Amino acid sequence: MEHIVIIGNGISGVTAARHIRKLSDKKITVVSAETDYFFSRTALMYVYMGHMKFEHTQPYENWFWKKNRIELKKGYVKQVETESKTLHFAAGDTLKYDKLIIATGSKPNKFGWPGQDLEGVMGMYHKQDLESLEKYAPNNSICKRAVIVGGGLIGIELAEMLNSRNIPVTFLVREDSFWNGVLPEGESAMINRHIKNHHIDLRLGMNLKEIKADENGKVKSIIIQETGEEIDCDVVGLTAGVSPNIDFIKDSNIETGRGVKVNRYLETNSPDVYAIGDCAEQHEGINGRRPIEAVWYTGRMMGETLAQTICGNRIQYNPGHWFNSAKFLDIEYQTYGWVFSKPRENERHFHWKHEDDTKCITVCYDKNTNAFLGINTFGIRMRHETFDRWLTEKRDVDYVMNHLPEANFDPEFYSYFEAEILSVYNKQLQIV
Amino acid sequence: MALAKPDATDISNKQKIALAIGIIGLFILTLALFNTNFPNKGLFLTLALGLITLGTIIYSRDAYLTKLEGIKNDGVWFKSVSSRGIWGWIVGVILTTFYIVLYFYPKYLGLGTNGAENTGLISLFDPLSNLLSGRPASQWFVYGTLYTVAILAFGYKFILKYRHNRYQQLRTGSVMFFQLGFAFLIPEFMYVMNNDLPYYDLKSMWPLNYYIFDEWSVKGFLSNGNIGLALIVFGILSIFVISPILTYKYGKRWYCSWVCGCGGLAETAGDAFRQLSSKKMSAWKLERWLIHTVLVFSVVMTTAMIYTYLGYSKNDFWLTRGLFIALVIGFLSIVFAGVMFFKRQELGKDAKYGAIGFFIVIAVLLIMHFTGTTNHVFYIKGSTLRAAYGLYIGSIFSGVIGTGFYPILGNRSWCRFGCPMASILGFQQRLFSKFRITTNGGQCISCGNCSNSCEMGIDVRHYAQKGENIVRSSCVGCGICSAVCPRGVLKLENDSMEGRINPTEILLGNDVDLMDLVNKK
Repeated sequence: MEHIVIIGNGISGVTAARHIRKLSDKKITVVSAETDYFFSRTALMYVYMGHMKFEHTQPYENWFWKKNRIELKKGYVKQVETESKTLHFAAGDTLKYDKLIIATGSKPNKFGWPGQDLEGVMGMYHKQDLESLEKYAPNNSICKRAVIVGGGLIGIELAEMLNSRNIPVTFLVREDSFWNGVLPEGESAMINRHIKNHHIDLRLGMNLKEIKADENGKVKSIIIQETGEEIDCDVVGLTAGVSPNIDFIKDSNIETGRGVKVNRYLETNSPDVYAIGDCAEQHEGINGRRPIEAVWYTGRMMGETLAQTICGNRIQYNPGHWFNSAKFLDIEYQTYGWVFSKPRENERHFHWKHEDDTKCITVCYDKNTNAFLGINTFGIRMRHETFDRWLTEKRDVDYVMNHLPEANFDPEFYSYFEAEILSVYNKQLQIV
Repeated sequence: MALAKPDATDISNKQKIALAIGIIGLFILTLALFNTNFPNKGLFLTLALGLITLGTIIYSRDAYLTKLEGIKNDGVWFKSVSSRGIWGWIVGVILTTFYIVLYFYPKYLGLGTNGAENTGLISLFDPLSNLLSGRPASQWFVYGTLYTVAILAFGYKFILKYRHNRYQQLRTGSVMFFQLGFAFLIPEFMYVMNNDLPYYDLKSMWPLNYYIFDEWSVKGFLSNGNIGLALIVFGILSIFVISPILTYKYGKRWYCSWVCGCGGLAETAGDAFRQLSSKKMSAWKLERWLIHTVLVFSVVMTTAMIYTYLGYSKNDFWLTRGLFIALVIGFLSIVFAGVMFFKRQELGKDAKYGAIGFFIVIAVLLIMHFTGTTNHVFYIKGSTLRAAYGLYIGSIFSGVIGTGFYPILGNRSWCRFGCPMASILGFQQRLFSKFRITTNGGQCISCGNCSNSCEMGIDVRHYAQKGENIVRSSCVGCGICSAVCPRGVLKLENDSMEGRINPTEILLGNDVDLMDLVNKK
């Protein structure tokens, strides 16, 4: 019986395992050094906030794996030998495979800051990071202040986490407005204000210079590059993005760039070795997507696709229209299609913001053809299916603006803003 | 799990004062319970209930209005009371004891028997009862008052907690209104107008209201002319006509989380315990067996009970035993045949269990008919069956376990495992309703907030992460899963029946060919 070994028990690896099981009788082993069972990484924050317990982040009960004959092995793979198809574990044991799927995800970026490996310095990615945070920041008497470095999605989540335990937070963001490499100006500015409303000490345009230690090798303070200001703190969160977690294959003959290089079939240069999820790097981005996509659902989609290929139905990974979502403290964000932070040459943005400063949308369209290209929505839920269809049908922006109520996904009895949005949109057209 | 449970965040000084105010209110009630004879009962009752309410109001305002609008679940799994800690168990034991005394030993609450005056806790409530209906309080009046105060005070808290969410606010306003008006005040006023009428909470339907077809109740209604007749006709219409229509249009939520008193208490005072319901597959299996067994028990019990007080001959009353049994069997058969004919596909392998259950009920009814005597069915007294139902289901299951175990089993264990009404509505909701929780394409990140907050123990994430709509009998439509979802994935909707149930393996966002390939079965 063919033995499929999957390194990594995150959403990509586990989805691949589940679908291979649905399609075949192959022997499946999932290897992880992080946890015994699959859990939802995106939910780690809620464990620290006390909304959930860790076991609630596990989408399948523990009996699920045995029932579906998916073997789980806890261990750290330190070397992959592709000639003999053998994995070598840090503990010294080995495992033979017929086909290997690398699904090891990401690791937090560190940019060589002085003091970046001190005690009390952590990312917020692995379960071990959560344990570390619980150790160094259990409450605001042990952790009198935390500093977060890096203004992205994980950074703001970490700020929300610490805030839930009343731990004062200083939030260093390199850019001059939060996440403005991705978000258009109006949205980014609204989130800046929202962060400050939560009493988080947001420092825009500030970089970390160094992290200083006390006599025990634990974090004592940080220095800001721009001002030289020293801020006393007990925890430093490094959340300046993530990169593929592939150090263990650097010595093998599997081709890597920033991630494991794969073709559209998710195959690496080495026969019978595949890579999916955050750690996989496409030779070229697909449909305007980045070559490496560290997004929950792309990992899942790659797992679904690769399961087909491994079970004899070789097909390309072919994601549909771009979409994503996030939550910035109390403000939900969804995006469908492409809205870039600055309109490209042929593009124009329509921006509407509610007076309460917690809701806004940005619609991107082609100023020559009027084609609808994408929407960002804050504080108003919208229907994925509807926008996916409109993008496929290549609707123009007028159609979308006039049919916006069809896409509303807010709970019943919520106020509707589509009429107001449309009237603002129509007024702007007259001005233009 | 290596993580130790962290300390719950300290409460503010204002919240401490609020708690103290509420505890003083409770303390007055406790003193009364231990037979302190307060000089001015009306004053002390007002003081007790007023302080409890005031404490809850001050606490809620400080807890929620000092923060920005949003989801307020920080630390629920750290707080002892809401995570089966020591305080959770203490509250559970106190509530359970209260229910046992209330149902089985009301004299310890001070109920005066054989015309004696009330003492203790019950006597404290005499002034209010006299004011409303001109009679002294009973243990049920005390219970009803405390129940109503709990729904109103904690309903206020809930409205503040979800002040960004209109659905939650309206729904809570609705249960507060129905509790205060329909369950508490109207029955008292009805008594004032006509004191022969049996107690009737108009919104409480058979089979939840299992005593409405008791002999004394039916006689009570029928001996009261048109108003009584109207009430019992309303009772029959409620379950056979009104409720199916509303459930078809809105799902069972119109009742369970907008109207029902049990649901009202669970959603307000019980809100802090919603995350404690078990999401295990084994709990689901138990639920399906248990709740349908209770339904069968309640149908058989009610039929048997009505049967025993009906006569044999036509001269007595047009509804004879033979005709009644024939009507019941006929009705059940029509429902069964209809479901098997129209909905066979949706039921899948559950159809087998449904069929077995149906034929058992029919067989039991026939055995009853042919072995029954004047007051014996199944060779046991008809009234014994009714008494057993009242004791084990009506009192122990719904009260003692259902509410007493809030801090252990979660706030809806009665609704989930026992309520025969929920089971009927759930059956309609699953098969004949426009209601569903729509999943928003491929946005789910499997975080589990939805499942965690489902008081009915539905593993919402199981559906959401597959892009599948949630169409489950047990869903009471409280809407909290949708509220807590960080990615805007869930929406409660009434829409067309077509495509309502959409089992999928691959979600939106994928290559269309792959979706077709995997989703086709």
